[in-house]
Parts: sequence; structure tokens; C-alpha cells
Amino acid sequence: MSEIAHQDHIEKKAFLVNSSSLKEVRTFCREVFEKLNIQEDLKDELVLAIAEAAQNIVKHAFKNSANPTELMVVQISCENNKLQIAFYDRGTPVDPKKVKHREIDNVKPGGLGTFFIQEIMDAVEFKDGKKPWINHLVLTKQL
Amino acid sequence: MLNYAQIEPNLKLMTYKVEEINNISVVHLNGEIDMEVADKARQTILPLIENGKSVQVNLSRVDYMDSSGISVLIESKQLAEKKSTKFELIEVSKPVEKVLSMARKFL
Repeated sequence: MSEIAHQDHIEKKAFLVNSSSLKEVRTFCREVFEKLNIQEDLKDELVLAIAEAAQNIVKHAFKNSANPTELMVVQISCENNKLQIAFYDRGTPVDPKKVKHREIDNVKPGGLGTFFIQEIMDAVEFKDGKKPWINHLVLTKQL
Repeated sequence: MLNYAQIEPNLKLMTYKVEEINNISVVHLNGEIDMEVADKARQTILPLIENGKSVQVNLSRVDYMDSSGISVLIESKQLAEKKSTKFELIEVSKPVEKVLSMARKFL
């Protein structure tokens, strides 16, 4: 837990759902974390977790319904030193029971992204998406 | 032999070059390696291993790598074991080392 008091802040941005947007997602996160004065090491970890979650939306939520105009929204908020990152998309509904990282003894590429998210964040929660959204993922971390 | 290539310059995400040093193919990756460019990294490294070359991947100029990039390294390592060739990471940058240390449970 950080000893720095981070100011309350909320910011969100919409991105096209495609792999080219992932760099933009990372840039957006870095800019917000600069404003929040989050230390460099933690910032790198948080950017990785967010980018992995965005990548999962691109890879899984839209794998059967690629639409070049579809959007996903990333919202970063900080309140009382608790960081919350919310993702909204209108892809295939995610079944939270099927979202798990690969077993450690099963050494194959893939499944690492979810593992990274779980390692870095305190909590990963799928909430009911309210219209017009279908999926609503929330990552939290106490700063 | 020096072969230099750039992946879609407008993306400015990752560049690479391949050098032959003492019969070892040294792949220098540069930039950010994510889902967008992981396939290009894969297409650069795997054929070298497939052809029985010893491969070193220099990661000194990689300032971001996500699970897609790590997956390419896992695939490369596994293919090298299958082909009985050497596959090594050299000059690993701090950001990549950090991600690798998290991924080591898988490696």
C-alpha cells in the first residue's frame, strides 16, 4: 500500500475494439497515472494489467463479431486511494466462470494475460453490463 | 549478413533486425511488443529455429512487452527444445525482466 495520498480523479475514454488501439489504451493509462502521481513501478504494472484486459476484449469478446466501428470504454477512477478501472464493451457476453488463467504446470503460450491481471490487481469482478453495454469488468487496487 | 526490416512504419510499435554472429542468429527487437506486432516477432524468430539455427533474442531496446510477446518467447523456447537448438534471451531490459519475472511460473 502506498503512503502517498492520491487525489480523487475520474477519467474515461472510448477506443475502437481492435489490436491497433492497445497502444492508445496504454498511452491513456500512463497519462492518467501521471496525473495521479502513481510511482513508476506500480504504473508499469497497472498499465500491463489494463492492456491485458483490453486485449482480452479484442481477442475474446469480439472474436465472432468483428465490427470495425465497435467501441470499448476504459474508465479510471481514484477515490480515497482506491483505484478502480472499469471496462465496458458490447461483445459476446463473458461467462466469468470460464475466465481463468492457464494452470502453472500446463506450459503453453496463452492464458498469461489473465494471470498477469490477477497477480497485479487486488480484485477482478465482472458486473452486469447496463445498456448499451453488455460486459462490465472492474479491476480494483488499493494504492 | 545483416537484414533489417521494419514493421508498418506508421505504427511505430516495433522494429527488428537480424544479425548472424558466429553462426548464431541474433534477433534485435526494438520498441513495444504487444498483440499488434507479436505475430511479426513470431514470424521472425520461429523460422530461424525451424531451420535449426541457434537464436539469441536481444531485448535491450524493448520497453514494453505483454503476454502476447511472452507467448512468442515460450513458443520459441519450446520449438528450440524440440529441434535441439539453442534459444537464449540476452540483454533483457528492465521492463521486460519485470514481466518475465511474473511469467516465470509458466516458463
